[in-house]
Parts: sequence; structure tokens; C-alpha cells
Amino acid sequence: MSLHTPPGHASAPLAEADRLMTVCNACRYCEGLCAVFPAMEMRRSFADGDLNYLANLCHACGACYVDCQFAPPHEFQVNVPQTLAAVRADSYRRYAWPAALAPIFDRNGLWIALIAALAVAAFIAGFVAWNDAAVLFGTHTGPGAFYRLMPHDTMVAVFGAAFLYAILALAMGLRAFWRDIGEPAATLAEPASLWQAVKDAATLRNLDGGGVGCYGADERPTDNRRLYHHLTFYGFLLCFAATSVATLYHYGLGRIAPYPWWDLPVVLGTVGGIGLLIGPAGLLAAKWTRDPALRDDARFGMDAAFLAMLFLTSLTGLLLLVLRATPAMGLLLALHLGVVFAFFLTMPYGRFVHGLYRFAALVRYAKERRQMAEAPAARA
Amino acid sequence: MTDLSRRYDVLVVGGGNAALCAAIAARREGASVLVLEAAPKFYRGGNTRHTRNMRCAHDSATETLSGPYTEQEFFDDLLRVTGGRTDEELARLMIAESKQMLDWIQAQGVRFQPSLGGTLSLGRTNSFFLGGGRAMLNALYLTAERLGVAVRYEAEVVGLEIADGAFLGATVQADGRAHRVEADMLIAAAGGFEANIAWLKQGWGEAAENFLIRGTPYNRGTVLRMLLDAGVQPIGDPTQCHAVAIDARAPKFDGGIITRLDCVVFGIVVNRDAQRFYDEGEDIWPKRYAIWGRLVAQQPGQIAYIVFDAPALTQFMPSLYPPITADSIRALAGRLALDPEALEATVARFNAAVRPGTFDHTILDDCRTEGLDPPKTHWARRIETPPFHAYPVRPGITFTYLGVRVDRDARMVMADGTKAANMFAAGEIMAGNVLGQGYAAGIGMTIGSVFGRIAGRAAAAELHRRRNARKDAA
Repeated sequence: MSLHTPPGHASAPLAEADRLMTVCNACRYCEGLCAVFPAMEMRRSFADGDLNYLANLCHACGACYVDCQFAPPHEFQVNVPQTLAAVRADSYRRYAWPAALAPIFDRNGLWIALIAALAVAAFIAGFVAWNDAAVLFGTHTGPGAFYRLMPHDTMVAVFGAAFLYAILALAMGLRAFWRDIGEPAATLAEPASLWQAVKDAATLRNLDGGGVGCYGADERPTDNRRLYHHLTFYGFLLCFAATSVATLYHYGLGRIAPYPWWDLPVVLGTVGGIGLLIGPAGLLAAKWTRDPALRDDARFGMDAAFLAMLFLTSLTGLLLLVLRATPAMGLLLALHLGVVFAFFLTMPYGRFVHGLYRFAALVRYAKERRQMAEAPAARA
Repeated sequence: MTDLSRRYDVLVVGGGNAALCAAIAARREGASVLVLEAAPKFYRGGNTRHTRNMRCAHDSATETLSGPYTEQEFFDDLLRVTGGRTDEELARLMIAESKQMLDWIQAQGVRFQPSLGGTLSLGRTNSFFLGGGRAMLNALYLTAERLGVAVRYEAEVVGLEIADGAFLGATVQADGRAHRVEADMLIAAAGGFEANIAWLKQGWGEAAENFLIRGTPYNRGTVLRMLLDAGVQPIGDPTQCHAVAIDARAPKFDGGIITRLDCVVFGIVVNRDAQRFYDEGEDIWPKRYAIWGRLVAQQPGQIAYIVFDAPALTQFMPSLYPPITADSIRALAGRLALDPEALEATVARFNAAVRPGTFDHTILDDCRTEGLDPPKTHWARRIETPPFHAYPVRPGITFTYLGVRVDRDARMVMADGTKAANMFAAGEIMAGNVLGQGYAAGIGMTIGSVFGRIAGRAAAAELHRRRNARKDAA
């Protein structure tokens, strides 16, 4: 067979993705399933930047594999979800900033576990070093209880620095992605494209098999990853909102944490925390039961590490809430802060970045789709 | 695993659109149903897995169809493509039933989308399956499974016991041994014989060795052969098949849609001797699409080359394989293993004959040759801008026309004109009743779904009639 041999690609997955897009562009049966195929149809050839864009646009619903008449064992061996998953994971490494830290993506599960363990150990050691045993294992209640173990300003300085670093590294990664796919910066400031991308991301419109659902173990669209992702994502947002409200309370109203269980930060954090327990657990379970043909097993560590960090962030936070009036509070606080600190630090070097690049890809897709709608003749 | 030793009410042989529609319809009428598919699960469904739409009449635009397509217009289209070779009664029945089919097939889980990119010309008449034919099949199988239809893959029917137009039992090869399967009703929906090269040779001679088969290797026509041998009346031209020109580099079987090439209008087509042999600008799609397979089949070695120049490259749908490219016609001939002088002469003659005009590939434009034989009557532009490109093409066989005659109930008709007692047929195996020749996009699926449902319902009705008769007798 003399199939098209794609020249000049940076990696084997990219070369394979080029081969597949050439097959798919001659077929187009899947164009109604998600954003990837209409975006593909706007192109006739596929450079690495195009493929990285398409890979990050793919939500891995699996429908195009289940629907494909050329999927393995067919000799054309078309497996778009798995190939794009590999391209996508490689792209995270490629855009990492600073580049010296890119190898964290190679053994991501190990690195994240190590960083998390070190962070927790550091917080516990710090708590032990700076506090008397009586204070560490004492029972603290009322406003400022947490800050008797770690001064508020120290906490803000440590977490503020970690968070700002993460934002910087994420922004640099986004810049690298945007340059790689060759899109002008101005697109990210188009309100119509941004709003469409917000809607697409918020509803996970592309994680729906074109309307019937996603695929997991077999050709039945029974996969619940969309639901679990919603629980995870909105759980995360609620936790973020809880922190934001608490910050406003602290600086705006002079109300000092911890807050009573019925107060807004606690309610938001608790509801979000429950989502962050069920969501990641569900996503991880779905990964395990998924058809191996749809999985990118080489990156399992990265996915598992991110889900585990989300789960642990929530679990330690909820435990802290339940046991905050007991002598266990001190160590639980150190544990929770250690996990959250590690989460912040590793955000740019793990699966978290998928949200950023996928959202950006959706922004570009929204723009492209609008342009196509305005020039239908180009479709012929 | 599906039990082959128990007796079912209805045995459906085949596993494509027609078979599944028949199985679902019969099951919904209360019959127990066994589906035997010769192919492995991945290759289930025969040609259905390569389809993408069905043509149904409808009175008004829908979410996915851009306008109405009346029964009369559908019938006129059918008359045109078949040159009148259709059973008008069955054709009108099918078209009338096709109207309900849009709803019925969606009720079985099949989903539609607007016409695919590059197929806007079908947006009014044809309903496209979201995800394509395999997605459609997956939906039908899930529905059949949910309803309790028994399905067995890699189960080839190798023998049919038929006496006086009555089906008694089938011999099924599965798990490396023969099983005897009995059922009250038989629905044959096992397709044509397009993958059976030996059979194709009966109509085409040794040329058939060079044919590429666009669908699975499982369409061998075994069931059709057995039915005809058992005295069922044949219909349709036994020698004919639907052939299009596809990329010669495509695999022998199952290359599907992606090996098609529709760039004939953008250049010239030469044979192994570097000579043109037919007017490349005769007609617009889809007619020209459907004649070129036959034209290439009549050329020496059953191979031809579409030759065009740089500006044309981006004007048609991309295809699976890249064109063969060179900076001169002479070098291109070298790459294609054609006689360089002959190809240069052919291109030079063609270029000299091209008259000025305004190129528009969407209409029969005024770009033509003068004093050339054969002429190119539309879309003729000089082939002069390097790099030059070529696609090698061979006949790609889609389906065959020979089938079994049926009546309005999809019941088989025997050679002596009597009706079969308990045998029905649906899909490609009986398509010749309405499609004596030619093709219109999506009509194969219409035949499959409509006659599948008719066959399933008729088989169940016959079953109930017999049971009631037995009850009355008791």
C-alpha cells in the first residue's frame, strides 16, 4: 500500500495524525459529530500546528472511532481519538514554560506525586517547627483559628507567589500554543468567538458523540464522562468561588476565617468539594473501564495524577471542615495546604493545561466557523 | 452466545440495513428473530457500512433537508437513472413508503445531519446519517439487541433447503462446523455478488481480475445463488454491476468512499497507450461519476490516468492518495510508465484543440475543444501549468444488479410465477426490481430500509396468519 507518507513532522504521532486527517478529509462522514472534522475540512494539508490545534479541539468522546468504517482491524487503521490524544499530550510538553521543566510531562504521575509529597511534608515540618506541640495539637475555634498555626500574611505570601507563578507559566504556555497554531493574538480578544467558546466549554458540546453521548467500554453510548467532567469543573469553580468570597470577607468586611457552616464560603466550598470528589473519581473509573483502543495508556499517569490531586484537594478540605474544632485540625490544615500548594505549582505541568488549550482552540474554531458561514461558496 | 439449535419464527440472512430493518420490524410484530451475519462483527453490514445517506420523499423541508422532494419527483428521478427499467408498482410503493421511513428509521435510533461538506447538491433530496453508515448500523443493532433480536456473527449460510417455494431449513457454517437452523420464515437480505470475482468474470471475462471491490469481501452472493438455483425467479441484468472510477492504488476490497476520484472534468483521461478514449466533459456529477468505471473497464488492462495541471489541484474534494506529480508531461509519463512521446502528443493535441471560454465546473460551461476526437465538450482548459499531476484509476465495483423477483410484500416470486410460501427478500438482493440499471445517490438504502420493513412485517403477518389458521383448525 502506498499511503501518503507525511513529510516533515516533529513526531510519530503527528505524522500519524496527518495520515488520518488525509483519510478523514476524503470521507467526512464524521463532520456532524464534533468540532474537529469541520475544522479539518477547512484545510487540505496538515502542518504540525494544524494538527496540534485539531488535537486540542478533540474532546475524546470516542464517537468517530465507533462510527468509523476504517477503524482497526480495517487496513486503514483509523483511530482518531487515540492518535489525537497522543498528539495532545505531546503538545502539553511542547508548550511547557520554562522549557527546562518540560520533562516533568514525561513521567508526570511520578513527578506530581513527588511534588505533592514534598509539599505536604514541608507544610507539616513547618507547622511542627514553628508551633509548640500544645498549639499544633490544641483545639482552636473562632475567627483566626487557622492563623494561629500559620499567620495569615505568610499564607497569602506563599500561596500568592505559587499562584502567580502558575498563572505566568500557563500564560506562557498559551502563548506558545497560539503561536504554534499560527493564530493572530487578536482572535483571543474577539467577543463573539470568546462567548461561543465559553458556551461550548461550559456545556461540553463536543463531548457528546454528536448528541447521543460518549463511548467508553464498547459501541454503546453509555459513558458518563460528560457528567463527571461537569461535576469536576463546576466543583472546581465553586471551590474557587469559595476562596474568592473568603478573600472579600477578609479584606473587605474584616471577617476572619473560619466561617460558620452556613456561611457562603463554606457552603460553596462544601458543594464544590463534593463535586470534586465524585467527578474525579468517576472520570478515573471511566478511564479504567474504557476500551483500550480509545485510551492513550502512555499518559495514564498524567491523567490519574491530576484527578488524584483534585480529589485530594477536596478530600483534605472537607476533612478539615468536619474536624476543624478537634485537635486533628493542625495536621489536617498542614495536609490540605500542602496539597493545594502542590496543586498550584503543578498546574502548568500536568493535565490542568488541557482546559486552557482546549478553550483557546474552541475560540479559534468559533472564529473559523463564523468565517465559513459568511463564505459558504468555499465549501464546494 | 446466540443459540443456533433453537427454532426461531424468522430467520434473517444478512446483517446490513435491509436485514436489520426486517429483523426489527418482525420483532416489533412479536416474532422471535435470528439474524445470521457471515462477516465478523467489525465488518457487519455489507455495503451499508460504507453508505452515508438515504433518499426519501418528503413534502417539506426538515431540520436536515433543505426543501421538499415529492413522490413524483423521486419517481421521475428513478425513471431517468434507470432508463425506465423499473417495476413501476414496486417503485411507487417504495417511494410512498419512503416518506414514513424518515421517521421510522429515526425511531430505531438512527440520527440525521444536514448534507456533508462537498455534497451540497444532495441537501434537498437525501438524508445523511450522522456519523455515516456504520453509525447507522450501530444504532440499528443496538435497537435490535434491545428488542431481543438474536444476532450471530461469522455465521455463513452455506445451504438452503427449499421445496416447492417453501423454506425448510438452512445449513450454517459457524465455529468451524455446520449447524442446521430452522425457522418458519426466511428473509434473505444478504446483498449481491460484487466481491465474487469468479461470478463477475461470467459477465466481464478476465477483465474482472482487475476490478477493485469498494465494499467488504463478504458480499459473495452465496445466498442469491442458492435462491436462484432453488427456483426463485431472477430479475435484473446478470452481467451488470455499478462501477465507478476509483484510485488504482486502493485496496482490493473495502476501500469505501475515500478512494473515489471526481476530478475527471479538470483534465483529460488517457489509457495505458496514453490515448484519450471518451469525452471527459460530457455531463455533470453524478452521471459522469457513474459511467467512468465502465469506461475504464473497457480499456486495455482496465487502467486509466486522469491527467491535469497545477491550478486544478485544489478544485475538488481531497482524496486518500496524493496525485503522482512531475514538472513536465514527459516526466509524468515516466512516473506513470506511459510512453512519453505518446502522452506529450496527446496533451499537445488536446491543448491545441481547446477553445477559449469561461470555466465553471458547476454548470455545463462553454469551455470545449474543436476538431478533436473524442472531443471534450465542457470544462476544457489547456494542461500547461506545471507541476502536472495524475491519478491512476481502475473500475471500483459498488454493487450488482442481479436479484430475486419479489411482490408488494417483498415475498419472493418463483420462476413459474407462483408466490413463495414463506420466503421474503430485501435490500440489494432484490434491488433489481426497482433499479434495473443506473443509480441515484442514497437509493440503495431506501430499497433496503423500505423493503426490509415490508419484509419483516409481511413475514410476521404470515406467521400470525398460519398460527390463527392452526388455532381455528384445532
